[in-house]
Amino acid sequence: MAGDMHRSKSSTAPKPGERGQRRPAGGGGGFRRRRVCKFRSEKIDYIDYKDVRLLMQFVPERGKIQPRRLSGTSAKWQRKLQVALKRARELALIPYATD
Amino acid sequence: MIATKQYELVYIAAPEATEQQLAELHELVAGIAAKFNGTIDRTEAWGRRRLAYTIGRHKEGIYVLEVISGSGDMVKELDRRLKVSDLVIRHLVVRVDEDLAIAARAKAQRQATSARRRVARGLPAEPTPEERMRASAALADDRDEAEAY
Repeated sequence: MAGDMHRSKSSTAPKPGERGQRRPAGGGGGFRRRRVCKFRSEKIDYIDYKDVRLLMQFVPERGKIQPRRLSGTSAKWQRKLQVALKRARELALIPYATD
Repeated sequence: MIATKQYELVYIAAPEATEQQLAELHELVAGIAAKFNGTIDRTEAWGRRRLAYTIGRHKEGIYVLEVISGSGDMVKELDRRLKVSDLVIRHLVVRVDEDLAIAARAKAQRQATSARRRVARGLPAEPTPEERMRASAALADDRDEAEAY
C-alpha cells in the first residue's frame, strides 16, 4: 500500500471507490475515515458477536450494516464482522432495522 | 476418542420466568451435557435485557450464556429441547473452538514477529508499560477523531 503514494495526483476529481490511501482530500462526498481498518490497527483478533459495544460502531441509525468504504474496514474483517453482526441480530442484541 | 468441540449457547428466557424456572433450565442444559459426556465450562447470566425488537410479544428477555464442550450429538439434543421449551424464546449455538484457536494463533504469531523485530532494533522484546500506554493513548485519540461523524 505504500506504493500507492507515488502516483501523481491527476487533475480530475478522485474516485471515491478506490483504496483510500492516496486521496486524503475527500472528493465526491466520501468520508475520510476509510483510511484504517479498525481491527487491524487495534490488533483485535476475534470479533465477538456478544460484544454489542464494539458492534454498534458499525451499525448507524437505520440498523443497516455499514459498507466498507464508510467504515474503512478491510475485506477480511468485514466478512467476519458481517457474520458477527448477523448473529447478534438473531439474538436481538442489535436490531434488524430501526425506524 | 470423544471429539470435544467447544460451543457457546446463548438462550433467551421469557421475562416472566421465575428463579426456579431459570434454575430448571440450567439443570436441563447441564443434564444434557452430562448425558453426552460434555462439560459446561462457563455460565454467565446476563439477566434481564431489553430486546432490540419484539420476539413474540416480549420486549425484554433474560439472557444466559453457557460455554459447553462436547460432541455434535449433544448440540442436536440441546437444540431440540430448547426449541420445544415454552420458556425459551430464542437460542443460538455457535461453535467457537476453531475461531478461538485461529485468534490465539494469530495473536501468538503477531507477538512473535513483534518480539523478533524489536530485538533486531535493539529494544527489549516486550514493550514496556509506558510504551503500551502511549500506544493506547494514540489509538484513543485517533478513535475520537474518527467517530465525529
